[in-house]
Amino acid sequence: MNKQSQLTLTLEKRLAPSRWISFLVPTISVAMALLFGAIFLLMTGHDPLKVYEIMAEGAFGSKYGLSETVVKSIPLMLTGLGVSIAFKMLLWNIGAEGQLYMGAFAASWVALSFPDASPGFLLSAMFLAGFLGGALWGLLPALPRAFLGVNEVITSLMLNYVAILWVDYLVYGPWKDPKGFNFPLTAPFTPSADLPTFFGTRIHLGLVVALAAAAILNVVLWRTRWGYEIRVIGESPAAARYAGMNIARNILLVMFLSGGLAGLAGMTEVAGITHRLQHGISPGYGYSAIIIAWLSKLSPGAVVLVSFLLGALLVGGYSIQSSGLPAATVSMLQGAILFFVLGSEILTKYRLVLVRRGERRAN
Amino acid sequence: MKDEPNLVEMRDITKGFPGVLANDRVSFAARAGEIHALLGENGAGKSTLMSILTGLYRPDEGEIIVAGRRIELHSPRDAIRNGIGMVYQHFRLIPPFSVAENVILGLDAPRFLLNMPEIEKKVAALSESYGLRVDPKVKVWQLSVGEQQRVEIVKMLYRGARILILDEPTAVLTPQETRELFLTLRRMAGNGHAVIFITHKLHEVMEVADRITVLRGGRSVGTVEKKDTNPASLARMMVGREIPPAPSRSEGPRGEKILELQAVQAMSDKGLPALRGVSLTIRAGELLGIAGVSGNGQKELAEVVTGLRPVQAGRLYIKGKDLTNRSPKEIIEAGVSHVPEDRLGTGLIPNLGVLENVILKEYRRPPISRGPLLDRRAARERSEDLVRDFQVKVAYLDLPVKLLSGGNLQRLLLAREISAAPSLIVAVYPVRGLDIGATETVHNLLLQQKARGAAILLISEDLEEILHLSDRVAVMYEGEIQGVLPSSEARLEEIGLLMAGMKKEATTA
Ligand SMILES: Nc1ncnc2c1ncn2[C@@H]1O[C@H](COP(=O)(O)OP(=O)(O)OP(=O)(O)O)[C@@H](O)[C@H]1O
Ligand SMILES: [Mg+2]
Repeated sequence: MNKQSQLTLTLEKRLAPSRWISFLVPTISVAMALLFGAIFLLMTGHDPLKVYEIMAEGAFGSKYGLSETVVKSIPLMLTGLGVSIAFKMLLWNIGAEGQLYMGAFAASWVALSFPDASPGFLLSAMFLAGFLGGALWGLLPALPRAFLGVNEVITSLMLNYVAILWVDYLVYGPWKDPKGFNFPLTAPFTPSADLPTFFGTRIHLGLVVALAAAAILNVVLWRTRWGYEIRVIGESPAAARYAGMNIARNILLVMFLSGGLAGLAGMTEVAGITHRLQHGISPGYGYSAIIIAWLSKLSPGAVVLVSFLLGALLVGGYSIQSSGLPAATVSMLQGAILFFVLGSEILTKYRLVLVRRGERRAN
Repeated sequence: MKDEPNLVEMRDITKGFPGVLANDRVSFAARAGEIHALLGENGAGKSTLMSILTGLYRPDEGEIIVAGRRIELHSPRDAIRNGIGMVYQHFRLIPPFSVAENVILGLDAPRFLLNMPEIEKKVAALSESYGLRVDPKVKVWQLSVGEQQRVEIVKMLYRGARILILDEPTAVLTPQETRELFLTLRRMAGNGHAVIFITHKLHEVMEVADRITVLRGGRSVGTVEKKDTNPASLARMMVGREIPPAPSRSEGPRGEKILELQAVQAMSDKGLPALRGVSLTIRAGELLGIAGVSGNGQKELAEVVTGLRPVQAGRLYIKGKDLTNRSPKEIIEAGVSHVPEDRLGTGLIPNLGVLENVILKEYRRPPISRGPLLDRRAARERSEDLVRDFQVKVAYLDLPVKLLSGGNLQRLLLAREISAAPSLIVAVYPVRGLDIGATETVHNLLLQQKARGAAILLISEDLEEILHLSDRVAVMYEGEIQGVLPSSEARLEEIGLLMAGMKKEATTA
């Protein structure tokens, strides 16, 4: 027997994805994306370490930076949770951005229409309006999907443009602040419509709402009948039908909730940050939400964490603009992250094994 | 043939999964020119052993020798390179592609330009020479299950497989298709291939195999020549004990009408008439068997009764209540259980655990539900009870059910459906792919339910099973009931004629 062997790495199919790998994969993808970004920065004549240092410093280095990171993570969490719950049922809601805008619009309408209401009443009404605005907007693509089988990817995406342009129409037109020097924004809300803030920073009550939403969703998914239905439908619609679940009704309910969460993000942005409705209230939170949903494997707890990291990326991005780099670098990094996440998905399905590849003859 | 060298040999293969040792020092060898049957109860480790031979799993220990050389298999590609090909029970074809396109799918050569007419010619010639009738140009979705299986075989032959493994190939075939498959297998063996064939049906083994290897509980019990054995002794090797005589049908008292169909019409998935005026009744404590070549409306019949398929005309009554075109939920609530043909995907959710599959129909009712909440402790207790009472072998309750063996899957499904104490059980091919012991268990369970007073609608393509269990036999042909006979009077030939569409005059439904 002539024994001669060498060690090689190969991929072996996993029977079930292991728990720690679902944590490791996003980490690796982010690292790979940073590496990719570093190459890009080098090629454009910047020192990547320096740039990343400025970004980290900007996002975490001061009380202000840290608080801004949290501020950015609030709408990311709410839209990320909304997208995750829809994806869980294989509903590809790409429309969180539009739902956010409609939530902002509805909440602003309340704030502008009832300036004399008491703060408690006004904020409650704005929360309700924000949720409903996003929820009804989410319901629009859900109706043709549930009853006619029309794919929701295109419809929900297209409705984004409608919602954004609707808000633009308002702030450039009928709702424009006459005292606003012709900027595309409404008059400021009455102070009763301001969300309470914490620690003397811009961190507002929206954080509590987002964290509570994550906790509630976790309970809903794993501990309630409804969450069970969502998971069964997402895994196997045939089995769900067989078990007597009403799939059409669940499509409507889940898209209502998904849109509602994005709508809340719109409400907390206008009531907590801008205090008025204006052009471009979201730099694409609703699209980042898709990345967040994938990175966090649709788990509400992970959405909170990942949103914080992406928030840091955004804040870091603002601080490198001063060093002469375009903010688009940040969008590129986000895109790279998503790319590497999808690519490294293979690691959750396969595992690297060390094997002995030998040329041994039998007998 | 005795002196033929082994084409493939597996030595002392051991493979463990969390909680089970699926293969325990199993040795197995197949020679060129033979048909080698692999027998064993559900969960004996047959599929695992063959998955190791096709590079899907890596053995913990042991070695594989092909044509005298020890080889390492890291993937099904490696296996094919070594001339090992497998036809799985669940086909891996792409429905919108043509037969020829499916055959070359995943091949490295040709690298750039596809000369489809050339390939089609090669495919046609290959299928011709093995008696695998199939048109290379036709799209796969248009093919019957039997034809799709032929495509899978051609695919493997095209890749130059000399060792061909078929995992329960006959479970999905009609008797006619089974005969044709056996002719093909013979021809392949005649051409010097080694054919390895997994089955649970002893009469098939006696019909087609040259040698038989029996696995039990992950170990090899031995390899025997067909001529030196008989079904009884094979059964003993598989089970390790005498098989008790089959349970006999008992005539219980018949009760009220449970199921009544009046001239029901329904469409198939393709929008063609699948049921053309079916009328039948089943009373409490009665088992009605539906015989017929599959594809004659049986699937649609089961779906109509369980509310999964709309009725175009006619009426459906359950316990006298008109439930025509009511939702599956209302029909479940009326006491109808359903063991569907598609166990993994419809009856069970592959990626969810045992516990979450157990509560699939009960999650709306207490004690599993408490208001809007699910009581996980109650669900756990329920699952533990079912797993114990119905002897489902599972390592732990969160194990995704796709990892259970075929027999255990069916046990779990039946356990859930029967434990609801239904008034009507619709059972579609309930013993497909099950071993003798599990088949016996399922039959016993159905007969117990009948004795308890349930009405049972049994759909099967196995005439012996139907005659054995049914009180009455209804024969379906092209969406119509050709005739209903009391099974005590029914003779095989008569049913055979009805199955072929020769209608009997004046029968009573
Ligand atoms: N991927 C897996 N993970 C965990 N356990 C497994 C896995 N695959 C098989 N098993 C277990 O290994 C044992 C052998 O399973 P295997 O599928 O080889 O049986 P089988 O002889 O093919 O049975 P059947 O006739 O029911 O198909 C069973 O107990 C099964 O539950
Ligand atoms: Mg098997």
